[in-house]
Amino acid sequence: MKRIFLKIFLPLLMVATSCRDDELVVPTEFDIVGDEQFGTGVRGLYLLNEGNMGSNKCTLDYYDYHTGLYARNFYSERNPQVIKELGDVGNDIGIYGGKMYVVVNCSHKVEVLDAYSGVRIGQVDIPNCRYVRFHRGKAYVSAYVGPVLIDPEAPRGAVFEVDTATLEITRKVTVGYQPEEMEVIDDYMYVANSGGYRAPDYDRTVSVIQMVDFKQVRQIDVDINLHRVKRDAYKQLWVSSRGDYGERPSRLYVLGKRAGYNEMQVIDTIDVACSNMAIKGDSLFFYATEWNNYTQRNTVSYGIIDVRTHEVISTNFISDGTEQQITIPYGIAVHPVTGDIFVTDAKNYVSSGTLYCFDRQGRCKWSVRTGDIPAHMTFLMER
Amino acid sequence: MTYRLLLIVGLMAICAGTTMAESNDTLHLHEVSVTATRRLPEVIPVQSLSGEQLQRLNSNSVADALRYFAGVQVKDYGGVGGIKTINIRSMGTNHTGVVYDGVELGNAQNGQIDLGQFSLDNIEEISLYNGQKSRILQPAKDFGNAGTIYLRTRVPQFAPGETYHAKVTMRTGSFDLINPSALVELKLGERVNASLSAEWVNSSGKYKFRYRRVNPAGELAYDTTAVRQNGDINATRLEMGVNGTIDGGEWHIKAYNYNSERGVPGAIVNNVWRRGERIWDTNSFIQGSFTYGVGRFTTLNNFKYAFYRTHYVNNDDKQVKIDNLYRQRELYVSTANQYALTSWWSVAAANDFQWNDLRADMYDFARPTRLTDMLSIATSVDTRRFKMQASLLGTFVHDRLEGKESPADKHALTPAVMASVAPLCRLKELTVRAFYKQSFRMPTFNDLYYADMGNSRLEPERVTQYNVGLLLDKRFAGLLSHLRVSVDAYYNKVTNKIVAYPKGQQFRWTMLNLGKVDIRGIDVSTQSTFEPIGSVFVTVRGQYTYQRAIDVTNPADNYYRDQIPYIPHHSGSAVVNVQWHQWTINYSYIYVGSRYNQQENIRYNYTQPWYTSDVSLSRDLRVGRVDMRVLLEVNNLLSQDYDVILNYPMPKRNFRLTLRAEI
Repeated sequence: MKRIFLKIFLPLLMVATSCRDDELVVPTEFDIVGDEQFGTGVRGLYLLNEGNMGSNKCTLDYYDYHTGLYARNFYSERNPQVIKELGDVGNDIGIYGGKMYVVVNCSHKVEVLDAYSGVRIGQVDIPNCRYVRFHRGKAYVSAYVGPVLIDPEAPRGAVFEVDTATLEITRKVTVGYQPEEMEVIDDYMYVANSGGYRAPDYDRTVSVIQMVDFKQVRQIDVDINLHRVKRDAYKQLWVSSRGDYGERPSRLYVLGKRAGYNEMQVIDTIDVACSNMAIKGDSLFFYATEWNNYTQRNTVSYGIIDVRTHEVISTNFISDGTEQQITIPYGIAVHPVTGDIFVTDAKNYVSSGTLYCFDRQGRCKWSVRTGDIPAHMTFLMER
Repeated sequence: MTYRLLLIVGLMAICAGTTMAESNDTLHLHEVSVTATRRLPEVIPVQSLSGEQLQRLNSNSVADALRYFAGVQVKDYGGVGGIKTINIRSMGTNHTGVVYDGVELGNAQNGQIDLGQFSLDNIEEISLYNGQKSRILQPAKDFGNAGTIYLRTRVPQFAPGETYHAKVTMRTGSFDLINPSALVELKLGERVNASLSAEWVNSSGKYKFRYRRVNPAGELAYDTTAVRQNGDINATRLEMGVNGTIDGGEWHIKAYNYNSERGVPGAIVNNVWRRGERIWDTNSFIQGSFTYGVGRFTTLNNFKYAFYRTHYVNNDDKQVKIDNLYRQRELYVSTANQYALTSWWSVAAANDFQWNDLRADMYDFARPTRLTDMLSIATSVDTRRFKMQASLLGTFVHDRLEGKESPADKHALTPAVMASVAPLCRLKELTVRAFYKQSFRMPTFNDLYYADMGNSRLEPERVTQYNVGLLLDKRFAGLLSHLRVSVDAYYNKVTNKIVAYPKGQQFRWTMLNLGKVDIRGIDVSTQSTFEPIGSVFVTVRGQYTYQRAIDVTNPADNYYRDQIPYIPHHSGSAVVNVQWHQWTINYSYIYVGSRYNQQENIRYNYTQPWYTSDVSLSRDLRVGRVDMRVLLEVNNLLSQDYDVILNYPMPKRNFRLTLRAEI
């Protein structure tokens, strides 16, 4: 009996003693990137990783131009006391007045941090929040679920106004269905409504909000399933439609004011698919990922558009073949001073992604491992 | 004498309570005759739990009991109502068949059976077969899975003079559990009997859980305890069976109905402690089987009609409302026939036909109908020291879509060969066994046709298994009265694995035949019975599994050759059962080693090991003609705070009290 015990149960017990340890707050990991830059006025780059839904793996990465170090999973080490860390599915990030606003979609909150230290200042609870923009001392957050459920079966979305000093919600306005990105031009806010949860009855409008009294004054008909809105230096809006993922392709639209009119309207349609874009000066950098049912593959395209002429001036801003390594481009940003282009690769959505940095000629300068689904970027200016 | 006989005959009867034996010898004699057939070792690995052993295992459901089987990983989302699915030898949930009283349970929509729904109340035996059951007279479908769980409910056995049995059970305990059940068995005639079983489960599903983190310096970062919300369940089960015998054969008919309303507790993430999802399930089926033997010919015929209805509602104010209704139907007929060519050589052929449909009131979800035809041929050779079996299964699948072009028909041929031999003349109880088996799983309706995500061009996902093993099953006189040890080593290869793949823009997926998994493992299980001093019986079961299951899809992936998610390298369990007169004490221990919750084996995806100790104490007593039992269970005795699935916290220490009366 003793022998049996020794031979059979002892190994089992030994296995059993490889015990649990205290659960640690996830530590930050550092990678040396080395692309140090001084005197550009830009201190660093924040990258928000979305994390797969339900995984609570929304994480914040930071690249510092002074040290050349890339810090992965920066938030939880700076804020170890926050229960269950940053949250579930990050959706946008923005810096305004020394504060950083992180929109965490499935945690239904906007996390407010000190932009220079990453230390938490507070949070604003907004249900199903999506994107954040700033205007005259206020932060504006779009949300899929409006404050008042007029029609509980198909609730319209809303834009919330948050005072950046007190972090209180000051006003809210109901817009179209499932609103996404916003931009402000001349005291009017333009909100792209997707209606993504209402397929096939997608929303197809841009809501116009008059900022003085925070009311929706108009809806501009554009195309189905709108997503991105970016403004250029000429007060034009670049609005992307996601299409219906099937018959109807993704498209890019230009909204502007025709001579003699004071209202924004569609003035041009660019015959390209567009998943995401970033504008610097007169150049609009974009990429598109579209699924091809026939080849059972994604078709990925990149390009540059001249925002003055609306011409596609390049069909690839990557010149050294690095695009072959990118599975699913998921985020894009352009350095406001040097013009370096940043593209993230989300890969299969459930493993670490990659951040690529390209110079203005489209050559890959460096790349680094990120968190899961690297997506949203913002630059931190020097104090 | 009765005791000794019971212990000798087989592992099934080992735990038979002393009182039970005293009170009803005839019943146990019958059990002996049933278990006696198990003395011949199965060709390929089988593990089973039955009777008293099963009842004392601190298990709420079939899924809980399966945690004690080697090579099995249970995915448990926590609580009484939480979904529980199992994965045998890392091949994936969809490769596991679940057979309920001889007919396989189906779910054409997602291919997964929630074993948390199956109560142990009237289950007599749970067996797990790697590969397939080593008998050739079985439906073609039974040759199809990579691994199969057989659930057998209690069939009435009447001693002479008896005309009925009745059993009433009441369970209560943590999670505000109320769980009464009743069973009535009637002798309707010399050769016909009937049973009716009913059960009600009601629980708030509320339990405390705790998240605690420290920083690398060892200082407390946060420590919070909260109550799990929206995990309530209210379910009823009704089951009626009629069984009969004729000359040379027998027949069974069963009607089953399960109704439940459940909350879906959901993941615990930052700022979200409560969700608003609810599911209503109605699962009903009627099934029958008829076996008849004449001369060298035996036939086994089965039929089944099933109706499943699932109603899913998301009422969360913060999310967009969802209200979907899914209805599935299944019709199944099977005939299996065996002919004994000689006393040691048999051949068999089976033909199954199955029809499935799914209707969902969801935009862009195709309305699929599936016809499946399965043909199998098999042969077996059985001499005293050598056994061999070979089978070949052909499966032909035709899907039809309403208002859409149907995908191409799919077919697959899957062979299996298995053999066992007792190599030593002096130690006949030692057998060496091996098997090779190919199997596949069809893409489910969700994989193929789910709105936007489905991909109708999917091919079946395939698995090849190789297994070699040893079994020693020996009786002794003296302190150690019975010892059973089995060791199996296996190599499985999953190809064409159906995985979700990101597509197009934003957060959208499709299903592709992309994955390849390489699985190597060792299963060890032991069972021994001791009789240290008079009228004390000690049974010890132990089980250990080592698995290396790595993703070998693409060398360019970050996670190439990393262990696949939620598969620990080491896992095991131990059960010690001590009986003394009317008292029984049972201790069970489960260990699941560290795992990764995503494909990449990096620190951010690391999940700690968990191990729980469960204890139960029971006392049997007899009042007049009534046998009674009081059973007190304490689960997670050391109150470990653990997640089986990331962000789905499991209950801390919890209790259950069972009272049972039987005549």
